[in-house]
Amino acid sequence: MSTLEIKDLHVSIETEQGTKEILKGVSLTIRTGETHAIMGPNGSGKSTLASTIAGHPRYNVTSGSITLDGENVLEMSVDERARAGVFLAMQYPVEVPGVSMTNFLRTAKTAIDGEAPKLRTWTKDVKAAMEQLRIDADFAQRNVNEGFSGGEKKRVEILQLELFKPRFAVLDETDSGLDVDALKVVSEGVNRAHADGNMGTLLITHYTRILRYIKPDFVHVFVDGQVVEEGGPELADRLEEEGYDRYAKGAGTAAAPAAAQA
Amino acid sequence: MTEITTEKARIGAPSAQPFIDGFTEEGESLSPINAGSKAPLAGASAKSHSHGGGVGIPDSSRAGRLTSYKLADFKPLTGMEEDWRFTPLKRLRGLHSEVLSGAAPTVVVNGPEQVTVESVTRDDQRIGTAGIPEDRVSANAWENFAGATVVTIPSEFEALTEISVDIEGTSLDAAAQHLVIVAEKFSKAVVVLNHRGSAVVSENVEIIVEDGASLTIISLQEWNDDAVHASSQQAKIGRDAKLKHVMVSLGGDLVRVTPSARFTAPGGEAELFGLYFADAGQHLEQRLFVDHAVPNCKSNVLYKGALQGRNAHAVWVGDVLIRKEAEGTDTYEANRNLLLTDGARADSVPNLEIETGLIEGAGHASATGRMDDEHLFYLMARGIPEDVARRLVVRGFLNEIIQQIKVPSIEERLTDAVERELALTDN
Repeated sequence: MSTLEIKDLHVSIETEQGTKEILKGVSLTIRTGETHAIMGPNGSGKSTLASTIAGHPRYNVTSGSITLDGENVLEMSVDERARAGVFLAMQYPVEVPGVSMTNFLRTAKTAIDGEAPKLRTWTKDVKAAMEQLRIDADFAQRNVNEGFSGGEKKRVEILQLELFKPRFAVLDETDSGLDVDALKVVSEGVNRAHADGNMGTLLITHYTRILRYIKPDFVHVFVDGQVVEEGGPELADRLEEEGYDRYAKGAGTAAAPAAAQA
Repeated sequence: MTEITTEKARIGAPSAQPFIDGFTEEGESLSPINAGSKAPLAGASAKSHSHGGGVGIPDSSRAGRLTSYKLADFKPLTGMEEDWRFTPLKRLRGLHSEVLSGAAPTVVVNGPEQVTVESVTRDDQRIGTAGIPEDRVSANAWENFAGATVVTIPSEFEALTEISVDIEGTSLDAAAQHLVIVAEKFSKAVVVLNHRGSAVVSENVEIIVEDGASLTIISLQEWNDDAVHASSQQAKIGRDAKLKHVMVSLGGDLVRVTPSARFTAPGGEAELFGLYFADAGQHLEQRLFVDHAVPNCKSNVLYKGALQGRNAHAVWVGDVLIRKEAEGTDTYEANRNLLLTDGARADSVPNLEIETGLIEGAGHASATGRMDDEHLFYLMARGIPEDVARRLVVRGFLNEIIQQIKVPSIEERLTDAVERELALTDN
């Protein structure tokens, strides 16, 4: 079993108005086999947390730590984090012109495993995973994300999740912009990757809809760069009914300090 | 210094542009004549932009450029001329000033037996049918060339394999070269000009695409580091004929290729593609001209370049002229440059001159910038080390041109050549 531990994480970005602190002390512990949902209103810092874990250069960690089984993740480069087993399914996957999906997937798999996958089984695995996610076979010949619809891009992110078999998956609003059918397909993919208990998942979402298909063990509510409330799946049901308003209004118990600042 | 306008891409923003994210469309602002001005259309560049022509620019219309077979008609170069202002004349090694009496690179042609190859003297009647020098260096070659090679693809013949013309330089004495390629009526062929070795040569290539013919010319400049090469490649395109011209410049100290496509009858089509990879100290220049002189012709131009190292310099000037008679014209030209390191410079000048409004479409674009950080982040977030990710992105960027060649052996060779270029530095 592995543990991804985030301790008192403070993150800021440079803006035209100067340095802006986005995460104001976040602590989370995720073990393989667990699914944690992070929920919160727009601008609460959810995606910042995701990008910071993956090592996006725009985000500066000013204090706190992220460790993977005791190893300092913050000292690792972006590619080292991925090879250590951290996967970020991006909210807006970019198009990479001229690089075919086939070439990209094989290159990434080779980098992550430290050796080239066996050609025959690899081709079969890719094909099977694509079929399960209902991705057309011709996508393999196309350039990475080029001309894909929003839903297609998300499926391709989950395709990578299934093929690369990370220890920890961070899903950054994978559900946003998906219709119900696509949401089911994508959720099934995540559940498959999760099934053998070797992956921990950090599911970042604005809506509770995806939690009908992916059952979280823990729910964390994010407001203004901090976790303001934590609980089990029942917390998600409450959010479904009440929304985030009560945190903003300072009605939530744990939300009081954050709301006072806002 | 070239001003690089890099619009920092929003994090993870979806990219719908048909070019590299974060690049700017304002190519004109990259010209040094525009230095000091922040506005993309301000200052002298507004004048050089050919909608109006203007002060200080000798050719107010591309149509008015001097053409002559006689060297004496062209004044000695000073470097101030519009079409030489980016070229370091000192490095031309006499191509513009000396008698070109050196031995011309050897020419060996291989192809299907139906294709005829002739060595002819200067008075052969086919010489001068497609080309007339437009600059002093080209005229110097015309004045000095000893003999020419004429390659003819017979009418209605469709070549299944490519015709390779190996042009091998063995001396650094300034020399003149002349080639004529004739694609007769309804023929179809791919001709590859392989420029290799060491040479100081001014070359005129005349390309005749007769009615209904379809010709692909691939001009590869894989010279040794000491080579200096100026190549005027002028094509005359007949009724319903198609020309695809792919220029690839990788090796040589100074390489200046000036392809032109002239439509002589309606229904013609021209595609001009270019790929260049400039390393430290290298000067790779390309100036093209598409002359829409008759109605209902189509042209498409795309040149892509990568630059790395100190004083790597690439120049792209694309002149497209739609004359008054050329109604129904459809044209687009674009240039993209990827600056991989500091100290490299790309000049990019798209000129579109339109004399009639009755056209299907006309557009031009230019963008020069650095590698998009979001591309790198995406690939690295999948475990791909930075150097491999950079190579993937550059290869992908240039691949769009390589894919146009459609001769697998050459595509493979060029892919390898690009890999070698990338291996030169830490990209």
